[in-house]
Amino acid sequence: MRTVTLTKGVPDFREGQVSFDEDGHLERGDTPTVMNPNDEPALRASLQAKVRNGGTASVMSMGPPGYGDVLREAMESVYADDLYLLSDREMAAADTWATAITVATGIQNMDEEPDLVFAGFKTADGETGHTGPQTAWCLDWPLVTHVVALDVDTEAGTLRAKRLVEGDADEIETVEAPLPAFVVTDPEFEPSYRRAEHRLTHKDLREETRQRAGEHEDHMTVWDHSDLNLDPDFIGLDGSPTIVSGVDPIPKAPAERDATMVDPSDPEEMAGVVDEMSRFAGGD
Amino acid sequence: MTEHEHYEAVVVGAGPGGAAAAATLAANDVETLVLERGVDAGSKNVSGGLLFAEEDAPYTIGDLFPEFRDAASERPVTESYIHNVAGDKVHTIDLDRVHHEGTAWCDSVLRRRMDSWLAERVHELTRETGGGLLTEVRANGLLRENGEIVGVTCDELDPIRADVVVAADGVNSELARDAGLMDYAEPDEYFQGVKAVVDLPDGAIEERFDVPEGKGASHLFAGDLFDGVRGGGFLYTNEDTLSIGTVFHLDSLAEERAEPHELLDSLLTHPLLAQWVDGDDDEVEYSAKLVPDSKRAAHPSPHEDRLLLVGDAAGQMQAQGPIIKGMNHAVSAGGLAAEAFVESRTRGNVTAGELYEQKLHREGVMDDLRPTRYRASSAVTEHDAVERLTDAVVDSPLGRVGLRALEGTVQRLFNSPFVLGTIPDTKTSYVTIPRVLAEELGERIEGESDVEPPSLADRIGDLTYDTDIGNPHIEVVDESYEASGTAVTACPVSAEGFGGGCYRSETVQSNGDEERVVSLDTQPCVECGTCAVVAETDWEHPRGGKGVEFREG
Repeated sequence: MRTVTLTKGVPDFREGQVSFDEDGHLERGDTPTVMNPNDEPALRASLQAKVRNGGTASVMSMGPPGYGDVLREAMESVYADDLYLLSDREMAAADTWATAITVATGIQNMDEEPDLVFAGFKTADGETGHTGPQTAWCLDWPLVTHVVALDVDTEAGTLRAKRLVEGDADEIETVEAPLPAFVVTDPEFEPSYRRAEHRLTHKDLREETRQRAGEHEDHMTVWDHSDLNLDPDFIGLDGSPTIVSGVDPIPKAPAERDATMVDPSDPEEMAGVVDEMSRFAGGD
Repeated sequence: MTEHEHYEAVVVGAGPGGAAAAATLAANDVETLVLERGVDAGSKNVSGGLLFAEEDAPYTIGDLFPEFRDAASERPVTESYIHNVAGDKVHTIDLDRVHHEGTAWCDSVLRRRMDSWLAERVHELTRETGGGLLTEVRANGLLRENGEIVGVTCDELDPIRADVVVAADGVNSELARDAGLMDYAEPDEYFQGVKAVVDLPDGAIEERFDVPEGKGASHLFAGDLFDGVRGGGFLYTNEDTLSIGTVFHLDSLAEERAEPHELLDSLLTHPLLAQWVDGDDDEVEYSAKLVPDSKRAAHPSPHEDRLLLVGDAAGQMQAQGPIIKGMNHAVSAGGLAAEAFVESRTRGNVTAGELYEQKLHREGVMDDLRPTRYRASSAVTEHDAVERLTDAVVDSPLGRVGLRALEGTVQRLFNSPFVLGTIPDTKTSYVTIPRVLAEELGERIEGESDVEPPSLADRIGDLTYDTDIGNPHIEVVDESYEASGTAVTACPVSAEGFGGGCYRSETVQSNGDEERVVSLDTQPCVECGTCAVVAETDWEHPRGGKGVEFREG
């Protein structure tokens, strides 16, 4: 059993991490890059396949050389065996279409064809949810999306998945697909380890990976467009049919209450705060 | 239906009993799976705690795990005293002889550190056999086929078959209950202990206790400082903390409607303790535990089919007067259970359970747990009328003269394991004798304590919980105050007039009648099991990894 999980480095949009300039544009240099949070369920699914069905788990990403850290993070969470980084100036500024072509070619370029490819349901920056399905289309594989639970039968060469229908947790359908297949996990995906043997294997892998993640670069393969035999006209910015005509900042929601700014080092202003608050002290 | 997973041995619970069983099984190449419900071994476990290694024990933790004392225990405890208290008068007896008698060594321990260290070793040992140790898995019952026990069922895993199941799942063992071997019927079969772990500055233990570098002391307390509730207090030195606690007979605690945390506070704030603890020392953890009294609760035949009970699950906790020994017996029993299973496989004509029972008797474990001389003397001395009479005699002028005359002998009597094993569980021995001794022979303690113990709300607030929201592990079956009201006071994290605990009493109006009922919120639960005994409840442990997580234990 061989799986590949696709992941992406995205700006850390959490409060206190992200920074924007005056026009509301993201300051990429001042914002740390982290693993796309929606990729975590995909990584958990690939770990489940590795633990329950054996074999190897790979993680693949397309991005600048600095993405090595993102891949390291992914390796730690999925106990991955090896990492693939598709990295080349020609691949830069790709839309989902050009990205799908590049990633699908990367998957086909691997020594052995994987049985399963996992992707998260959307990225925190683009939020299109297109790249996964488009990659599946490029590979011409069956695609199962919004997966919340997964069972793989390696002998029969099939997977059985529970998927959310219309995003309502009450509506779940079970589907079967032949391998190889492309699985997009839902954020609600929960791995299941109901055998003690699975949990013991899980514990072994954690020990093993602790060591491997420290030297993750030894387990990383970097491919540029020539390694993948890709025509620069069909990848990166040149291969991207999407045109961004403009960006409108979303106006801040108006405050519902009046705010008064107080300089905390000014004793007079602070005295005013105390006066104001003292009306509410004492419980009446 | 797929085949059940199978292991040669399944051990439930990764305390000292489970660890000893698993290590012994692994040493005999038995494929062994250990299931622990805590997020980490030791996160559910509380002890006083002194761990004794007895010279004649069939197994000790140090033999099974050679680096144990260096890596997992706190301090070797080389001094032991009991303080008999009457108001501010104290009469101290050196327990040196009984502390050392038959003891190879005695270390103070904190269970989180100890058990998690043991669990790592156990995982390494059992993994070699094809098994291993898993945390956050709660075995919730027994797997049966044609009425016979053949394995365990779990919340987190599919049922598992095993050739032997060692239940080392503690005083509230769900497996022992499922097998019908133990029940939660009688409060007089249990003690309840509560404990505060207090952080001390570097070097303070050597300075305040006047002990050699790296060594420790044990101080026990009895007398009138606990409002007449039968029991006592303890203080043990850890590496850089103190374990200070109280242990009471649960029936006495229930009858007196005493609040365990307040009794603990009486000890913490007693002037006698001011030499060891001051107001600047931080209480870092409050905890509680139910302790089976082996004299009444130890199961004489702790097995059924393939199930063997070990440690607290079998009631194997010996109260030798004021000295409580539990972990050492659990280690012995764990080793013997494993040995019995290994032997039964080669002998064929005898079951592991039968062999285990024989070994418990032959190795003297059973006689430590249920001394025959106690059974003989308790029949007379624990009778109410006899108790009232002896109590009155000890307290009378004549009795006092007698005790004064005994001055030289008292120390010897308190140091006799034989006498301690015979002491009846009455108010006379726990309260009256210590009080009269202190009044007649004691010295007045100067000074006052400046310790201000945290409130119950703060103690609960300082604990770590992973609450299983919407899935409470205890249900009150009969919510009337008559049936379940005792839980309001006896529960160590509840109190009359306190709204932030597990149990509360309320008055409700129904059809013009007023009724007093109890309500339950399991969020602050420390999983001691007290309410399962004193109230009408449906009691289970929380799912694996859920509930309270002790950092010290």
